[in-house]
Amino acid sequence: MQTETNVTVEKERIVIHTDTSKFDARKSEVNQNVFIENRMTADNIDVYYSDNHAIKNVSLEIRANEVLAIIGPSGCGKSTFLRCLNRINDIIDSCRITGSIKLDGKEIYSSDFDVVELRARVGMVFQKPNPFPKSIYDNVAYGPRLHSLVSSRAETDEIVYSCLERVGLLSEVSDRIQNSGTELSGGQQQRLCIARAIAVQPDVILMDEPCSALDPIATAKIEDLIDELRSQYSIVIVTHSMQQAARVSQRTAYFNLGELIELGDTSQVFTNPNHQLTEDYITGKFG
Amino acid sequence: MNAWTLTIILLVMSSLFYAVAKKRSLRIAEDIGGIRYLHSAPRYYGVVAAALFAVPALSVLGLWVSVDENIIVRMVLSEFFADMQSADQAEKDWLVSQIQIYAHTGQLLATENAQVLKAAADRYQHLVDQSETLRNASILVLGAVISFVFVLFISAKIRARVIAESIIKLFLLASSLIAIFTTIGIVLSVLFEAILFFQKIPVRDFLFGLEWSPQIAIREDQVGSSGLFGSVPLFTGTLLVAGVAMSVAVPVGLLSAIYLAEYASTKVRSFAKPALEILAGVPTVVYGFFAILVVAPLLRDFGLVLGLDIARESALAAGVVMGIMIIPFVSSLTDDVITALPQSIREASLACGATKSETIKKVVLPAALPGIVGSLLLAVSRAIGETMIVLMAAGLAARLTANPLESVTTVTVQIVTLLVGDQEFDSAKTLAAFALGLTLFVATLLLNVTALYIVRKYSEQYE
Amino acid sequence: MSSVQIQQSKAVWESPQFKKRLKKRNAAELRFKYYGLGAVILGLIFVLSLFVSIAVNGFSSFWQTQAQIDIYFDPDTLNADDLAGANYGKLVKQAMYKQFPDVTKRNEKRELSRIISIGASFILQRMVINDPSLIGTTQTLWFPVDDEFDMLYKHDIGRNVESGAPSRLSINQIIWFDQMVDRGSIESRFNKTFFTAGDSREPELAGLRGALTGSFLMILVTLLISFPVGAAGACYLEEFAPRNKLTDLIEININNLAAVPSVVFGLLGLAVFINFFGLPRSVPLVGGLVLSLMTIPTIIIAGRAALRAIPPSIREGALALGASKTQTVMQEVVPLAMPGFLTGTIIGLAQALGETAPLLMIGMVAFIVDIPSGPLDPSTALPVQIFLWADSPERAFLEKTSGVILILLSLLITMNVVAVYLRRKFERRW
Repeated sequence: MQTETNVTVEKERIVIHTDTSKFDARKSEVNQNVFIENRMTADNIDVYYSDNHAIKNVSLEIRANEVLAIIGPSGCGKSTFLRCLNRINDIIDSCRITGSIKLDGKEIYSSDFDVVELRARVGMVFQKPNPFPKSIYDNVAYGPRLHSLVSSRAETDEIVYSCLERVGLLSEVSDRIQNSGTELSGGQQQRLCIARAIAVQPDVILMDEPCSALDPIATAKIEDLIDELRSQYSIVIVTHSMQQAARVSQRTAYFNLGELIELGDTSQVFTNPNHQLTEDYITGKFG
Repeated sequence: MNAWTLTIILLVMSSLFYAVAKKRSLRIAEDIGGIRYLHSAPRYYGVVAAALFAVPALSVLGLWVSVDENIIVRMVLSEFFADMQSADQAEKDWLVSQIQIYAHTGQLLATENAQVLKAAADRYQHLVDQSETLRNASILVLGAVISFVFVLFISAKIRARVIAESIIKLFLLASSLIAIFTTIGIVLSVLFEAILFFQKIPVRDFLFGLEWSPQIAIREDQVGSSGLFGSVPLFTGTLLVAGVAMSVAVPVGLLSAIYLAEYASTKVRSFAKPALEILAGVPTVVYGFFAILVVAPLLRDFGLVLGLDIARESALAAGVVMGIMIIPFVSSLTDDVITALPQSIREASLACGATKSETIKKVVLPAALPGIVGSLLLAVSRAIGETMIVLMAAGLAARLTANPLESVTTVTVQIVTLLVGDQEFDSAKTLAAFALGLTLFVATLLLNVTALYIVRKYSEQYE
Repeated sequence: MSSVQIQQSKAVWESPQFKKRLKKRNAAELRFKYYGLGAVILGLIFVLSLFVSIAVNGFSSFWQTQAQIDIYFDPDTLNADDLAGANYGKLVKQAMYKQFPDVTKRNEKRELSRIISIGASFILQRMVINDPSLIGTTQTLWFPVDDEFDMLYKHDIGRNVESGAPSRLSINQIIWFDQMVDRGSIESRFNKTFFTAGDSREPELAGLRGALTGSFLMILVTLLISFPVGAAGACYLEEFAPRNKLTDLIEININNLAAVPSVVFGLLGLAVFINFFGLPRSVPLVGGLVLSLMTIPTIIIAGRAALRAIPPSIREGALALGASKTQTVMQEVVPLAMPGFLTGTIIGLAQALGETAPLLMIGMVAFIVDIPSGPLDPSTALPVQIFLWADSPERAFLEKTSGVILILLSLLITMNVVAVYLRRKFERRW
């Protein structure tokens, strides 16, 4: 039974291989075209929770195929800002947002941008791994089924296996793919959540301190994965760990008390910050 | 001496012993150099003395009360009716109740043997009075002696606090055991009578018989003179009403819980949730009245418009009103279950691009399903055990029907009607109520325990 | 390992199929939301219609139509030797005949005198016995009218022969009554009888005081038993009980008892308290005992929650000072949990106050006129009174039933408000 599954998986992988080789060629073209293009731009964003002014006039852009790290002390609004990018803040009653955020040039807060489409195109991975209490398979298949990206069992299998493969989980769980996703270890759960996010084939992936609940080994795996995913997606990662920001990101934004203090290439921000506050934070004077 | 006087005397004497023991321990403390040389604080000596008075007194009182009647009756019987020793139990019971009624009220129920009966009753009353005097005297003396001995022996070494604490702990334990005793009481009280019933009516006839007419005819030659105790029509009636109730309560309760938990703003929720829960605090008899006052006429008029003939007392009216009663039950339990789910899995689903309703249907409800099933089982248990609404609105006719427009009767209604106003206790009719009670208890017990088990397992999952 | 991800293009999201599906999904979303909203509104409509229908029906029961007549305390009728046994009804009749001198026929006279409630003669009897000097004088007095006329005056019921409910009023009676109304001798006044009298077969004389007293005595018994036992049980289970089979069994029992049908408790009361212990039927003591058994689980569950909310640091603090476990619990923990115990008790008692079925089974359905003076006097209770009156054929009892319900509901609401107030006032965040 088990070997059989492996064989079919292997077969599919081969099929997919041949398939994607064509894609890869075309993709590199696309990538070259859009490389300088900004995927998302945020202009003059202010966020209020009731009377609390959580984000103050932040503007930044997210480029294609980059990892943008957002760092800053606790409560500086990093997560709040991140959660504006896929409008997941909408579910908080008291939260009010002004300013403009565009995805590929289209205003996401306008009424004709459907929030469903937005969230399908801007995926999210949360701080605490939060797999659904469903099987591993159903966790990954959730998004594609939702958006009718798949129409047959074979297509679903294809996406599920390729996404699990992509996050390096397939070999670890191939024999228990129908077991509940909540039975996995923390690191595996988080990779499952990433697989779930990429199964919808988004343009941008938001990651809200994805490694803060994980041990160093699991963290290393996720970081490798992030680096690898960059070839296809724009990734915004909020992190507490400056080392992590330095390791995985191309650009870094430093937030303090709801304001964007500094934004620049990671190497520049960490070695030669323009702003005193950034330097204090990076050198560990506070935070 | 009536019960109140006795209670007051017991209380006064307990406090007296408390005071005396406390005083004495203080005196002893003075002799040895202060309170801190006593093992325990003086009030503990008082507590022990009071307990040593009250506990033996009360236990003897309880024991006495539960056996004295029997002994006295036996004495009277053997003295005046020695020839009846071999008579059967029913005859003896009749004799005893004659004696007791004469003793209490001075009325004779039968004229034969009047002289002997009167003498027996006098003797009975005499013995009862004597027994009471003896009882009161002995419990007071017993308690006083024990307590007094303790007071005499009070010394700095007696560990009064430890004793007092174990007495308190014993009381606490006994209080929590009440739950078990209540259950045992329920089981025994329905079981014994039910067994007596099944000696008269075979279990098979009871459980599978299709006709229920417990009225025992006065004349022997009447049809069904022994009464028919086939409870199937009652079970179907109960299920019919409960079914109607659940089909009102489940959609309304579930959907409103989902709306209030997932959609409503805090403001709406803080108003609507308590407003709906008011329904849970309304006594069932009020629902019964609501059914006959408003719902039944409304349904009847509505039925006329549709060309349906809805009986004045119908399973539909009772079921709908019972459903209204159960709504808050379903909705608040469901609400608990839904809100217990971590917010993070909702966010995960929304972040995948699911709409709110897709999140609810595909993630929240499947995850909450065990908890919801548990709460629905509790609601069903409630519905089949509900009495007043059906008693007032569903009727008394034991009809084997699946038509909710007709009047039906339920297990609970029959239990009440069989017992209300009935004085004799061993006719098949009265005993049938206990047999029905046993069925009802067992059914609800199974539902409750299953539901509680499921809910408990479920809530552990998300702790 | 090379990429196996199927490249995604914006085209998927902008394809007409996707847009169409999106429209459908959003429509489904809206529909679902409105189902939920509809359910909430339906529930609220149920609440509203329950309260409104009962309030509308019951409010008028607090008023009673009264007739003003001049009573001549005729010394011929009132024999000074037997004031209690005199024919007071005759005084009322004579006064009515005087108001309508045209009425001469015997059966018409009888119909005329029926306008005034038969309770009038009891009122006169009491007046004369209290103050014999009234004899020989003429007094202008107000008396309750018979319930049929009460309905006629309040709701215009009985004027036409309605379908299904033929009125017992004759045309003459209605004409006389209307004349009295025109003369201004009919008035709607506050119904004191409703609050001061016991039950009666005559709706205009029936009051809820007997039931109210019965309920009060019963709840008192319940409070005295269930509060100490419930609180003690909660303390034991939460503070002392070892984790073992017995404790588990107790817990299961308590949770199950809270869900056992009330009618089963009635069977228990009948079999144990009445048959086995030989306590009398129909008395508040037995009712209170049965209700206690039903209330104890509620109090234990609420009490345990209150104890659990108290942080261990309080206990540890006391234990560290050398207090024994029992002292810690009794002197530190229980006082802090007291508001929780009280809240649970009040809510439990509110449930008990509305309980009907078990009371029916221990014989509290008897027709009892006298107001009970102690827990061993036969009595009814408010919910049972509702049941009894709801069953009565007279239209006037319908109104009375709603009136008692209003009283009962306001008692329950008061109790719950007190409970909520207690909880709010003493709620502490640790």
